[in-house]
Amino acid sequence: MTAYLLRRLLYAVPILIGVNLLTFALFFMVNSPDDMARLHLGDKHVTTEAIDSWKRARGYDRPLFYAPQEHGLSRLTETLFFQKSARLLVFDFGRADDGRDIGRDIRQRMGPSLAIAVPSLLLGLLVNITLALGMVFVRGSRLEHTGVFVAVLAMSISTLFYIIGAQYLLAKLLRLAPVSGWLDGLAGLKFLILPLLVGVLSGLGSGMRWYRLLFLEEAGKDYVRTARAKGLPEGRVLGRHVLRNAAIPILTGVVAVLPLLFMGSLLTESFFAIPGLGSYTIDAIQSQDFSIVRAMVFLGAVLYLLGLLLTDVSYTLADPRVRLQ
Amino acid sequence: MRRQSPLRLLLPALLFMLAGCGEVPLNSPYPAAERTANTLYAAFAARPKHLDPAIAYSSNEYVFLHQVYEPPLQYHYLRRPYTLVPLTATALPTVTLLDAGGRALPPGTDPARAVTSVYELRIRPGIRYAPHPAFARDAQGRLRYHRLDAATLADIDALGDFPAQDSRELTAADFAYQIKRLASPRVQSPIRSLLRTHLAGFGELAEALAEASSDTDGWLDLRPFELSGVQTPDRYTLRIHLNDVYPQFEYWLAMPFFAPLPWEADRFYSQPGLIEKNITLDWYPVGTGPYMLTVNDPNRRMVLERNPLFRGEPYPSDGEPTDAAAGLLADAGKSMPFIDRAVFSLERESIPVWTKFLQGYYDRSPVGQDSFDQVVNLGAGGELALTDAMRERGMRLSSSVATSVYYTGFNMLDDTVGGYSAERRALRQAIAIAIDQEESIAIFQNGLGVAMQGPLPPGIFGYRDGHVGMNRQVYRWVDGQPQRLGIDRARALMRAAGYPNGRSAAGAPLVLYFDTMASGPDAKSYLDWLRKQFAKLGVQLVVRSTDYNRFQDKMRRGLAQIYQWGWNADYPDPENFLFLFYGPHGKVKHGGENASNYHNAEFDRLFERMRILPNNAERQRLIDRMVALIHRDAPWAAGFHPQQVVLDHGWNGNLKPNDMANNTLKYQRLDPQLRAQQRWAWNRPQWTPVLIALGLLALACVPGWRLWRRRQRAGALAAGSGRP
Repeated sequence: MTAYLLRRLLYAVPILIGVNLLTFALFFMVNSPDDMARLHLGDKHVTTEAIDSWKRARGYDRPLFYAPQEHGLSRLTETLFFQKSARLLVFDFGRADDGRDIGRDIRQRMGPSLAIAVPSLLLGLLVNITLALGMVFVRGSRLEHTGVFVAVLAMSISTLFYIIGAQYLLAKLLRLAPVSGWLDGLAGLKFLILPLLVGVLSGLGSGMRWYRLLFLEEAGKDYVRTARAKGLPEGRVLGRHVLRNAAIPILTGVVAVLPLLFMGSLLTESFFAIPGLGSYTIDAIQSQDFSIVRAMVFLGAVLYLLGLLLTDVSYTLADPRVRLQ
Repeated sequence: MRRQSPLRLLLPALLFMLAGCGEVPLNSPYPAAERTANTLYAAFAARPKHLDPAIAYSSNEYVFLHQVYEPPLQYHYLRRPYTLVPLTATALPTVTLLDAGGRALPPGTDPARAVTSVYELRIRPGIRYAPHPAFARDAQGRLRYHRLDAATLADIDALGDFPAQDSRELTAADFAYQIKRLASPRVQSPIRSLLRTHLAGFGELAEALAEASSDTDGWLDLRPFELSGVQTPDRYTLRIHLNDVYPQFEYWLAMPFFAPLPWEADRFYSQPGLIEKNITLDWYPVGTGPYMLTVNDPNRRMVLERNPLFRGEPYPSDGEPTDAAAGLLADAGKSMPFIDRAVFSLERESIPVWTKFLQGYYDRSPVGQDSFDQVVNLGAGGELALTDAMRERGMRLSSSVATSVYYTGFNMLDDTVGGYSAERRALRQAIAIAIDQEESIAIFQNGLGVAMQGPLPPGIFGYRDGHVGMNRQVYRWVDGQPQRLGIDRARALMRAAGYPNGRSAAGAPLVLYFDTMASGPDAKSYLDWLRKQFAKLGVQLVVRSTDYNRFQDKMRRGLAQIYQWGWNADYPDPENFLFLFYGPHGKVKHGGENASNYHNAEFDRLFERMRILPNNAERQRLIDRMVALIHRDAPWAAGFHPQQVVLDHGWNGNLKPNDMANNTLKYQRLDPQLRAQQRWAWNRPQWTPVLIALGLLALACVPGWRLWRRRQRAGALAAGSGRP
């Protein structure tokens, strides 16, 4: 397995370089360094001298990919792409256009993102699995059909609706939780209520349907029939046998998304004023801060690759028959 | 002793929690300890990019910066028209005009005879900076944190982590130091080019600093560098020598660019160890103002707290005639500031801000498009009144016309709509009549705006109200108010322009292009409306929506034909609006702010005379003529001055809209007790619907439970088939 992991890690390098290259090309196709300078310097009294000075101070005065005036390797290294992107491969995120240390900002903002994302995932998992098992338990009944209908309905509703609806109902009408905000420590628990609720509810429809399918597939297998034939009550059959055997796709699905939890949620963080990485990315896009955008895209790509790797590893842990070579 | 069961202990705690801990509502976003604190709560939508007074130039930055930094002058809070008064200076500057030989001209001399000018300011003694580690000294009198080692830095993550802080007195040299910073290539101040034109010796200093800056990576001590235009003959005197006569310079002296900056702070913040930790002057301001920024987490909140060393400044004792009746002079002469602390929370979306404002968790809120009908009743004459629901809550509405203009302009370099021939003028005038600005304000601005008669907004010297100020090319005076000319007049002008019914002599339809940054569903209705305005003349309008960068690029290269833009005044002087038509400020040729690239020799000549005059009859006459030229040539088709509407809770005091002053926090007053009572009254938790919902849920579970029981007892085949 070690050889497999090393091979996968080596495969990741060209992928990450490709992601970097693509991000770089896309960003600079839309925004020239002059555009970025103008946005940062504002609309008034912006002179060519000020733009040149801004670019020089942040290293945007270099050519994009090739510096013909340089010699040797410097023709490639004294370029915007190399200077701005190559360091990412050693996780040196550099500085934002306003001079702040991006790595430090990411570390600071990771906490709030995780505080929402991890409980949302766990709670969502618990609720989805419980309800899906319940639907399998009552399969064929009107209750199950109603459950499927509700799940499809829930899937069809935008997350934005859940957010605004939760803020209106629970914060404004019932006055049980703050509309938005963030405080550190235990005092901040009340700010988790609405984002968690929205996180669970917005994923409920798709989660219930997905897990129901998994459980139904397992519930039709011979070993389940055998268990029933032995006289086991249905609840025990589902809880002990079906759930355990459906755990592999559940586990691998969860492991795949685990690293991405660090990236935060753009919409939830924006509406609930959570100072996480999702809102960090939105801010960077709005202010055309390429340094932050490329750092976040790179981080997202790394975490995604890590997720895939962990999924493979989790297969071997969940099913001893699987071997990684 | 009888043992208490855990339930008996838990129950009161639970009830206490359910009731909303001691009159602190459950939905309160603030700690319970702040219930009756003298703290103002506000929201901000976009994080400030810069807090360095040499760089910051946006209103969202000035909200914080102006409470901390104090330039020599400020705008009077209550007087209108806007008036400059001293802040850290003892009086307004003494201005001396000099002739070509450097000799002082007597007061009252025609400014046109002067070549240069000198501003002399006397700084108020005894003003102290807010406590800051940059001033802290050790037992030997050395600055304690100016050579930070790794061990000290290990415990530092924010400015508040420095155990020692100190202060010192403000001197004139601190103003000189800040002005030198404006020339530094490391600072990149947006007014660098402006000062290069006006301030003596600024260009030479900029070049010297560029050279010195490339020689060293560390702190660049600006004190030894000479700036001939700035002198400090003694500890409290600041003398500024301008290359020309530039009366508007006084207004710049009320902006943070000219706020003092101690060299100790510049040196302190230049340490690489602090920069690595994001502790910079751009993030942690140090000033003499009534507040200091104690928490700077623009991802979440920014907190201003009362500067313990603030000298105290008396609340104004005069204003407009109606101010006394409005209670705005009740605190006259009392020492400011009145509020201890201000917490600004980041809120990117408008819905949570509005909800929290209605719940009493924010003290003020602008009235947005979404909430307008909920808040405002618009009278037949356009007067604003609060709805009953808002009045019952004790809210107050204030509105003011902003010193801004949003306009639809023509590119005067364009082959079709530009130029100065009678035909082109007629075409532009026809379009100016056809675009019904009043209708646009009513539909798209909720009636909040004043249709433009000229480029000057109300409240600026030179603005003419009523019949005298009316644009006669577009309006006529009917029943005491301007009425837009009929579309027949516009069609006649189209014929004169060579486009009868919107067609050229060859019969081809006239197609015009409108460049805009507006796009998406929100903009669609406006753009459709605009097309209809042109269609009245038979003109086809093609909308070219683009992003900010491309739009700016088109404007710079003169590729736009008809466009929309806006201008917010830097200072309340007609020069700051009329320069938008000054030929040497043309955008394409000179990179200036004259986006229409209007060029009229007579206008330019009048402008050059007008800008050096004080506000007198001659200046008014010149402005009238300049505005008449703009009416005739019509480089702008239409526009409006937006009206801002702000809603306040009843516990706020001393609030008066002021479009020029940004240091307004110190004037404001709060009644925290009333606020706490109102918050509790408005936010008591509603448990009954929750209990009903839980009951219904329990009832709904009954069939499920019965099904469960049945299935549990069912045989293998029945369970496997899913039959009950």
